[in-house]
Amino acid sequence: MAKIGIYIELDKGTFKKSNRELLSLARQGGHEVCAVVFCADAAPYLDELKGVRTVIQVSGGDLAYQPDRYARTLAAVIAEHRLEVLLGACSAQGKDLFPRLAAKAGAGLVNDCLAVDLAARKAVKPVYSGKLLAEYQVEGGCALFTVRPNVIPVQPAAGAPPEVRPAAMDNGDTPTRVVEVIQAASLKVDLTEAEIIVSGGRAMKAKENFAVLEDLAQVLGAGVGASRAAVDAGFATSDMQVGQTGKVVNPKLYIACGISGAIQHFVGMKTSKVIVAINKDPEAPIFKKADYGIVGDLFAVVPLLKEEIKKALG
Amino acid sequence: MNIYVCIKQVPDTEASIMVKDGKSINEASVKWIVSPYDEYAVEEALKLREKLAGSRVTAVCLGPERAQNALRTVLAMGADAAVQVESAAALDSWNTARALAHVIRADKEFGVVFLGRQAIDGDASQVHLLLAGELGVPAATNVLAFACDGKTARVEREVGGGAREVIEMAVPCVMAAAKGLNTPRYASMMGIMKAKKIEIRKVPLAETGADEAQNRVRLLKLSSPAEKPQGQVIPGEPADAVRELVRRLREEAKVL
Ligand SMILES: Cc1cc2nc3c(=O)[nH]c(=O)nc-3n(C[C@H](O)[C@H](O)[C@H](O)COP(=O)(O)OP(=O)(O)OC[C@H]3O[C@@H](n4cnc5c(N)ncnc54)[C@H](O)[C@@H]3O)c2cc1C
Ligand SMILES: Nc1ncnc2c1ncn2[C@@H]1O[C@H](COP(=O)(O)O)[C@@H](O)[C@H]1O
Repeated sequence: MAKIGIYIELDKGTFKKSNRELLSLARQGGHEVCAVVFCADAAPYLDELKGVRTVIQVSGGDLAYQPDRYARTLAAVIAEHRLEVLLGACSAQGKDLFPRLAAKAGAGLVNDCLAVDLAARKAVKPVYSGKLLAEYQVEGGCALFTVRPNVIPVQPAAGAPPEVRPAAMDNGDTPTRVVEVIQAASLKVDLTEAEIIVSGGRAMKAKENFAVLEDLAQVLGAGVGASRAAVDAGFATSDMQVGQTGKVVNPKLYIACGISGAIQHFVGMKTSKVIVAINKDPEAPIFKKADYGIVGDLFAVVPLLKEEIKKALG
Repeated sequence: MNIYVCIKQVPDTEASIMVKDGKSINEASVKWIVSPYDEYAVEEALKLREKLAGSRVTAVCLGPERAQNALRTVLAMGADAAVQVESAAALDSWNTARALAHVIRADKEFGVVFLGRQAIDGDASQVHLLLAGELGVPAATNVLAFACDGKTARVEREVGGGAREVIEMAVPCVMAAAKGLNTPRYASMMGIMKAKKIEIRKVPLAETGADEAQNRVRLLKLSSPAEKPQGQVIPGEPADAVRELVRRLREEAKVL
């Protein structure tokens, strides 16, 4: 039995789904689990945190995300509570925070894990853009792992309510100072955490045509992605790019529209549970990689698909 | 300003990667390139040099002998100097950061240090921030916009869902590039000729204090993931195919 910490990530106060995945992972194996939450009052989250032994509520002063302050605070929590493992989500914030924490705490870190053996401090993660899997072990100190979203199946929260213990927020220097957060013009689904993604390639032909995909995405509650060809042509923004030099995504359903299926695109979405390809060329390599394919013009197929899904979802 | 850029040499993105002995890859037919994110880092370093008169760009790469080719590429793009930390060891991210820090710290006047947000072989995504920790300077990663007047740097970085975080930090500092930051230049013929004449300074790993025996993260095993069975194209007129697709997504795959 080990003492496992979980860094709980809140998105403007909302409890993210990735937290449930981390909790499901940590609850296996009878470990003593501590959840670390940066918030003035942890009460609204206690239902989600059932079965956790201790909730470490970090509060006092300014709780806005400042990487230096968060890393120092977590390093202090690890030391005080003698955590042997700390888990976080491999989200935009996790990728920023955990390496800083590793530096601060002198700890070993494995990012983007698909599986973690908490007792043995071992983890499996994709390397070479997912062309291979690597198994790593973290030596000494507290082992840090960030886990890829949408990999660990969520188990419902169960067990006794946790004990809440306060911890002090570090309000010291911020050499790396976040001065502003600019929100997107329209609220977009974060692709790395999206459950469904509709993506478009060079075949979209123009920026305006992405509306066809957005309509479908809206019915599905999906995020909209793009190939590099679509981004480089200016049809889509770079935060939408899926692939080796874009985002690695892991949804349960990925619908690729007018994308040929180049290796650099494929490695960014290959772990999707189900891949659907819509392409007018029956020889397109994407059909070899997709679970289901439809040969046809995406501008005809996608609107039909939208209507059919609308009907099915009632 | 003395500008630094850390680059890693990695297999080409098209390369098929085979495991050799459970812990390394078969390098026999691999073509090597500069890791794509590091090219954005190089471009940004060169742009900063053009802006701040009297600046120099030094590229640093830790790797075996073949890594010199990656440094030659960066010299051809326009870097002024290159340093190779000679190492064929299986260093973890922290030891890599320690070795790079040793080279950069030796220059008392180092300014901005540019890296990529991730090297596309190990995909570790942490050397840049560990390096900042070793150097004791501020850092930003996943950077999409960068501005620097020589004293402070202001960056914009993507934080998911299309939102951007604006960060200010004093120089010296570390920044790690994301795609979208810039368009890397190609090496000119003249650049390639010039690069041939520049001597790459070599630093033995032992001199840096980094040591594989001190790895905090140890590689146990490399393996190939199971391949997915090939899927099926659903035949028929678009309307029929779409109806059948939705049925299968609900009943077979259960994702709707
Ligand atoms: C270092 C490096 C990194 C890279 N990183 C990435 C990355 O991160 N992500 C990425 O995506 N790519 C990346 N690439 C680029 C990659 O190699 C491909 O060039 C790119 O993915 C192709 O995009 P595409 O499929 O949209 O375009 P294309 O290959 O041009 O394919 C377009 C497809 O659309 C089909 N089509 C055309 N019209 C229609 C229509 N009306 N209806 C239906 N189908 C239609 C065509 O049959 C074709 O299959 C990278 C390349 C390199 C060298
Ligand atoms: N061996 C190396 N030599 C020089 N720079 C490196 C090396 N390894 C990693 N880096 C830099 O650190 C960044 C992040 O790498 P990583 O943490 O390995 O994904 C890379 O994009 C490079 O800029």
